[in-house]
Amino acid sequence: MTLKDKVALVTGGSRGIGRAICLRLAGAGAFVAVNYARNGQAARETIRLIGEAGGEAEALCFDVADHGAATGAIAALIERRGRVDILVNNAGESRDGLLVRMKEQDWDRVIDTNLKGAFNCSRAVAYAMMKRRSGRIVNVSSVVALSGNAGQANYSASKAGLIGLTKSLARELAPRGICVNAVAPGLIDTDMTSAMTEEQRERVLGEIPLSRLGTPDDVAGVVLFLASDEAGYITGQVIGVNGGLYM
Amino acid sequence: MSIEEKVIEIIVEQLDVTREECVPEASFIEDLGADSLDLVELIMAMEENFGIEISDEELQKIRTIQDAVNYIKRKKGLAG
Repeated sequence: MTLKDKVALVTGGSRGIGRAICLRLAGAGAFVAVNYARNGQAARETIRLIGEAGGEAEALCFDVADHGAATGAIAALIERRGRVDILVNNAGESRDGLLVRMKEQDWDRVIDTNLKGAFNCSRAVAYAMMKRRSGRIVNVSSVVALSGNAGQANYSASKAGLIGLTKSLARELAPRGICVNAVAPGLIDTDMTSAMTEEQRERVLGEIPLSRLGTPDDVAGVVLFLASDEAGYITGQVIGVNGGLYM
Repeated sequence: MSIEEKVIEIIVEQLDVTREECVPEASFIEDLGADSLDLVELIMAMEENFGIEISDEELQKIRTIQDAVNYIKRKKGLAG
């Protein structure tokens, strides 16, 4: 699979699944804009790793939840590089808690980053993709969008929202040759899941037929495929990457 | 280039129609075969080219090429 001469934007590209996606896309030859909101040091490390592997990238700092900031930064990226061929809406955060204890800010922040962030960035790239009659948008959803999860009302709602967004955009943009899909990772070994207790981890492992946690690269490989020309007849789909946790 | 000429140039490019089809009374949807996505692209191209902003409300009233030309002239303060 080659992404030679393509320009990709990966939101939340500094760490975890986002970093693995950046590395995969750059490894296939794409120029990658590595978005981050706060952790500049981690973003620079992603870029260093890309450079070490012979790829090309730049850091792009903005908060996806901030409509004006996202719109401005992405317009400037399109101006600089002439195009964005691939958008990966990966930026996400979790603020878990049982509903009766969940604060309004915890609900709002998670919806704003995970769902509105994808809207903001998709909107900012869509017209340029429409004009070029090609493009790929990949949204990083989650297995809990499909299964639900106690303690993640906000997170699972935002990730389920991403699936609705994915399918609607797939229909809207199909006439312009733009494919929009989602991946729904299961339990992936990242900072986000390291917050789980050993007991929680053991319990979930027992429910995964492939009986291991996923790696960020397990997800990134699927994103690379969906971003490639080989996936040109796939749109509006949700691909589970979960070791069989949810079927 | 006059506003009329520029508008027609944009329409020819966006809707893949011929210059001859672009008579002033031609309707984007009925005569030029535009769908909703074409219309949005057309409007965005006009906004970009003429440096104006067209609200969704105003968009409803723009049905024909002449409507678009009149609208842009008005926006640009060039109405006769």
